[in-house]
Amino acid sequence: MRCAAPAEGARGGGRAGDPALDDPLAPAPLVFVEKVQNALRLAAVDRAARRAGLTPGLTLADARARVPGLAVIDHDPAADAAFLEEVADDCDRWTPLVALDTPEGVPDGLILDITGCAHLFGGEAALRTRLLTHLQRHGASAFAVIAGTPDAARALARSGQGGVGRSGVVPPGGEAQAVAGLPVARLGVSAEIVTGLSRAGLKTIGDLAARPGTPLAARFGRELLTRLERTLGREDVRLVPRRPLPECIAERRFAEPIARTADIEATLARLVDDLALMLEARAMGGRAFEACFFRTDGAVRRLKIETARPLRDGVALARLWHERIEALADPLDPGFGFDLVRLGVIRAEPLSPAQVSLDGRAVEEEEVAALVDRLGVRLGRERVLRFLQRDTHDPDRASALVPAGGVPLPAPSPPPEALVRPLTLFDPPQPVEALAEVPDGPPLRFRWRRVVHEVARAEGPERLAAEWWRRPEAAPTRDYYRVENREGRRFWLFRAGLYEREAQGEAGPPRWFLHGLFP
Amino acid sequence: MDPIRDVAALRKRLAGLEGARLPGVGSSFCLGAAGPEAGGVRLARGALHEVQAAASADMPAATGFALALALRAVRRGGAEGRPLLWVRQDMAEAEFGRLDAPGFAALGLDPARLILVRARDGAEVLRAAGDAVRCAGLGALLIEIWGTPKALDLTATRRLALRAATSGVTSFLLHRTAQPAPTAVATRWRVTPAASAPLAGDAPGGPSFHATLLRHRGGEGGRPVEGGDWILEWDHEACTFRDLDPLSRAVVPVPAGRPDGAAAQEAGRGEVVALRRAG
Repeated sequence: MRCAAPAEGARGGGRAGDPALDDPLAPAPLVFVEKVQNALRLAAVDRAARRAGLTPGLTLADARARVPGLAVIDHDPAADAAFLEEVADDCDRWTPLVALDTPEGVPDGLILDITGCAHLFGGEAALRTRLLTHLQRHGASAFAVIAGTPDAARALARSGQGGVGRSGVVPPGGEAQAVAGLPVARLGVSAEIVTGLSRAGLKTIGDLAARPGTPLAARFGRELLTRLERTLGREDVRLVPRRPLPECIAERRFAEPIARTADIEATLARLVDDLALMLEARAMGGRAFEACFFRTDGAVRRLKIETARPLRDGVALARLWHERIEALADPLDPGFGFDLVRLGVIRAEPLSPAQVSLDGRAVEEEEVAALVDRLGVRLGRERVLRFLQRDTHDPDRASALVPAGGVPLPAPSPPPEALVRPLTLFDPPQPVEALAEVPDGPPLRFRWRRVVHEVARAEGPERLAAEWWRRPEAAPTRDYYRVENREGRRFWLFRAGLYEREAQGEAGPPRWFLHGLFP
Repeated sequence: MDPIRDVAALRKRLAGLEGARLPGVGSSFCLGAAGPEAGGVRLARGALHEVQAAASADMPAATGFALALALRAVRRGGAEGRPLLWVRQDMAEAEFGRLDAPGFAALGLDPARLILVRARDGAEVLRAAGDAVRCAGLGALLIEIWGTPKALDLTATRRLALRAATSGVTSFLLHRTAQPAPTAVATRWRVTPAASAPLAGDAPGGPSFHATLLRHRGGEGGRPVEGGDWILEWDHEACTFRDLDPLSRAVVPVPAGRPDGAAAQEAGRGEVVALRRAG
């Protein structure tokens, strides 16, 4: 069973009651306008405006002529989309399978796959009522229809309560009957097909359903037939959810919203225990976890942690969550409280049941991994790093830093020759003014950071050409020198470019750089 | 899951009963050079040691010296093969450049054994270090902090030292400071670069340091240890320091028979270095 709930109007635009137009206290009809081909046209209207006969697409001048006291607001599609995203986030509380409905490329509805979720809320009708009440409380008026396929639900919901009756629930197998009276435009096919169908005298979906499919497909294309089958509930289709589905989730709902950090952490600790049991039953361990905090006012805050190894130890996980919440730059804002906290495992990996080993090394390695996790959660994973050596002669690329909690490192391959390399490298190399013999003598004196260094000893050049297969533009060849100054400080300098190239007019004059410092 | 912890805890307890055999705790290491050895200079494992540089320009030397000490610490004493953790403040990276894996290899450390933690400010460095020093699975801990922030006081260093003593993680505090601040460390070194022993062709030699021992809280059996200063060279192949005799710096070979020359020959140093470079 699926449920479509197209949100209508923007926040504040939906109004609960049905104010009569002649009521002087009723707010003025509200319309949203946008500029279409140099004319201001209505993009969306509220219920009062619709009642007054205004429809989207009308020019503003016409609308004003009909309803003088019109409240006009500029249409802002980006804000609409953002609001819909917020609503979609909030709808995660009903089911993790939430998708945006984008009939004409613009998202203006939501589709929720509630298979297996309805009984948690007391049945489909009760779920629908609660959903609508919840949305209305946050200022969104919506229609919702529950039907067997997304297409059927969408077609019915966009037609208002029409064929479904007040309950808004299509009984299983009743889709064909429910959608029979709807116009063919509700199938969601292109405008040409709709025009073609109406010219042929086929006005409703019921007209189409009664006909054999093959001539229809031959005349209007395969797409029409697919849409028809889906809308009639004969063919089902899977939703593509907005967020990846967690491997498993645990959640707590609160009749009285919680707001204190201590309560939140205690809740997380209990959820972590639930998850640990689930993971143990599957012999899995989580590598990435996500906690969702649903505020009573509809805002949703998500926090994520990643671990260096598959983890299902409740104590360790609870400690990581404590670190995560403590390290937040902008703290969790509970507002009027969270009424639902959900913890999910986003990524899981096999983790065999713990094996008793008398070797203390396993415990030590686990301690280090726990430390890496803890520091990674507090400082960010990009700040707890491990070195990776690359097989290249380019000093800039020879070593890379990867998050220490990532994949296990490949066995380090020893470099072919023991190179003398500095402990620290400047990235990018720092330009220096150097005095050196031409064409390829070592520097005799150089100035770096306003200090002049007299070179006492030097070794070089070690000529390193750029990796031409990597960079298309020709980087200059570098001649590296290892030098020691009078005080015993050791530097790694290079001259970018060769004098003979300059003489041939191929490149500018060579320049000197300081690339690294030796201990 | 728990039996493993229980067994590990039991092993620790048994080791404690047997008498300070816990890796790191109670043992000490030397620099490997004759000069400090004669002065009875040994550094305790599972303690906090401080390496200072008087000026910014000396920091590369101090960094190399601290790393060399850490390598000495994890060479034996049950900490072999354990990872090293380096907590580094972002300012250090801006000032002295990023750490480079081939550079570690040149000092004798397998880069895969190092975990680098980048911290934004001094307080964050100390907090991360405080966590790391409690992790008994680490071989050694290097704490590189920018200057001497307010947070780096007697209390903070004492806390680190106590935790290091409990976990057995040998820790090194590396920073630049003009005047020594009161810190609760086992040893305090001030390091400046030293001219290296030149190789063939008047090429600069290996990492060389002028290391001054400013403070030592007592050696074996609590005997006081005199401070001193030595000129040392790091030999990454043997993972040891060597004395760098100012006299042996001449490029011409020292004639055999002279006491200094004999000592150098005994150590086998002059020849090894010459052969390596000539080939």
